[in-house]
Amino acid sequence: MQLEYLVQQIINSVSIGSLYALMAIGLAMVFGILRLINFAHGDLIMVGSYATLLLNTLGLPFWIAALLGILISGLAGVVMERVAYRPIRGASDVAMLLTSFAVTIFLENLAVMIFRATSRPFASPVILSQVVKFGGIRVSSLSLISIGITLVLLVLLTIFVKRTETGISLRATSQDLIAARLMGINVNRIIVTAFIIGSVLAGVVGVLWSARVGKIDPLMGFQPVLKAFVGSVVGGLGSIPGAILGGYLLGIMEILLQALLPSNLAPYRDAFVFIILIILLLFRPNGILGTTAKEKI
Amino acid sequence: MNWDSKHKKTVYILSAVLMVDFIYLLISGGTDYIERIIIGIAINIILALGLNLFSGLTGLFSLGHVGFMALGAYISSILTLPLQTKNANLPDLPGWLAHVQLPFFPALILAALVTMGIAFLIGIPLMRLIGPYVSVATMGFLVITQVVLTNWDTFTRGARTFAGVPAYTSWWNAWLWALFVLYVVLRLKFSSFGRSMRASRDNTIAAESIGIPIVQSRLLAFCISAFITAIGGALWAHFIRAFSPKSFYFAQTFSVITMVIIGGLGSVRGSLAGVVFVTVISEILRNLERGITLGVITIPPMYGSSQVIMALILILMIVFKPTGFFGETEWKARDVIRFFKGFFSIISKGNNGGH
Repeated sequence: MQLEYLVQQIINSVSIGSLYALMAIGLAMVFGILRLINFAHGDLIMVGSYATLLLNTLGLPFWIAALLGILISGLAGVVMERVAYRPIRGASDVAMLLTSFAVTIFLENLAVMIFRATSRPFASPVILSQVVKFGGIRVSSLSLISIGITLVLLVLLTIFVKRTETGISLRATSQDLIAARLMGINVNRIIVTAFIIGSVLAGVVGVLWSARVGKIDPLMGFQPVLKAFVGSVVGGLGSIPGAILGGYLLGIMEILLQALLPSNLAPYRDAFVFIILIILLLFRPNGILGTTAKEKI
Repeated sequence: MNWDSKHKKTVYILSAVLMVDFIYLLISGGTDYIERIIIGIAINIILALGLNLFSGLTGLFSLGHVGFMALGAYISSILTLPLQTKNANLPDLPGWLAHVQLPFFPALILAALVTMGIAFLIGIPLMRLIGPYVSVATMGFLVITQVVLTNWDTFTRGARTFAGVPAYTSWWNAWLWALFVLYVVLRLKFSSFGRSMRASRDNTIAAESIGIPIVQSRLLAFCISAFITAIGGALWAHFIRAFSPKSFYFAQTFSVITMVIIGGLGSVRGSLAGVVFVTVISEILRNLERGITLGVITIPPMYGSSQVIMALILILMIVFKPTGFFGETEWKARDVIRFFKGFFSIISKGNNGGH
């Protein structure tokens, strides 16, 4: 019984960690290239979820609606880059940060205007809400599907980043944007690519997250993305492996806190997550996999 | 390049339209409404200067200052709550708090001091971080305060409204505090401490090499600005009198940020202008948001639209005029004279044109 409980919890934390990892990758890619903390990443999750829900209620089958929703989320990411972030490229860190915060406020309130602030039920197909039994272990099919989809995406992403020319250019740009441009890399194209990948992943997270929670609202993306950002900071900001590591660590931490915290402290779980981040930053300001970038004088 | 002169006319016309609308609001609202706006502006000045003091001097942008505002508001409210209300609303308070009812001033100072202590504790790890990490970590602090306020029922009534706070804030004590804060922030900006902070903001390595203790002075700026923000929060609490943790979250954060950035980060006069601008605009927008009837056309209420417009204004500002209205500059006597000269010349020109 104890062992089964443990396995169940591990699968649980890996599945939630997968979602955080997918979010963290999108954040890390953009941060690695532009030094931009894209708070509005969470709103891409929201866009993907609402698009899926709307298309589904219009009569499209769930999976097609989800696929289109993910594509719409990717499109929204490209538009966001073009309209809001390209005009301020090269501005100070603070200017970029505040722009992304303003974009978040803009999109969230636009969603409140269009869809109202109240949450809506997110109906997902039966296959996502079943309980699978292996001996005494009971896990939801959604957890397994989340883990599976994430694994496939991670493999694809690794091949893309390591093997394709665009992927190599992407890594080069994230190491040194100016040098990459001097080597003839079309930096604009690379940045758009990073946004497309990040926002498509956000769309995937949107569908899986909404299926998990069962309802969606205009502010649904903000808190998870903030936590994913915490994860990517812990893992080593700006590096994709760091983001993945951080995302899974975050998932494990959340489930551990849920299991270990006494019931009267349980509502404080999110507070503990952030406290642990602040403590971790005290010892490793650049994250676990992060390297100290020496500033040139 | 010369954005001002190119768009001056549009800006003038727009602001004239807005001012007429605002004056109409003031007249139809009556004296109570005018007093509320005046107090609101004073409190916003305190909040904006609190953030501006830290972010303007250090170049690190805090997204968590509204957390300090919340702490100031809640602590001061708990301390001043009349005993009867306290027993009814917060029955589980520990004895030492349950029987305490402080006057306004000591409660205010105590709240600000406690908040400053908390800022000191979280500042120790945070002030060692660089740039964007500070922003995210301070936002983490905001989430922590939100979670704690929402769940610590014994002290805060949880997510429910915290009501019955005595109405101690008046226009004169709010403005007294605003002027005091204004004085302190201006003095700090041009003190040797302020200058060394700005030096380390512009070139950390160079500043470090001439012996400026960067982490310590950042921590000091953080603590002072938390103190100021907590005062602002407490004044706000005794002005609004009923609030919930949600009052101190991203919407409020965004509004303070907009004030500071529109005016110009690091500029005191910029913050003043930003506060007035944002207060006026958001009063107008809030009215529009509820829906209005213009003759035969009825614009339905659109909740969220005021925030959408504010966000657009902020983005446009960052794109076209990233230093805000005033950059980092302050008023000099010379500029004031020039302003009035220009003002009168415009008026006399307008008169000539009329003939």
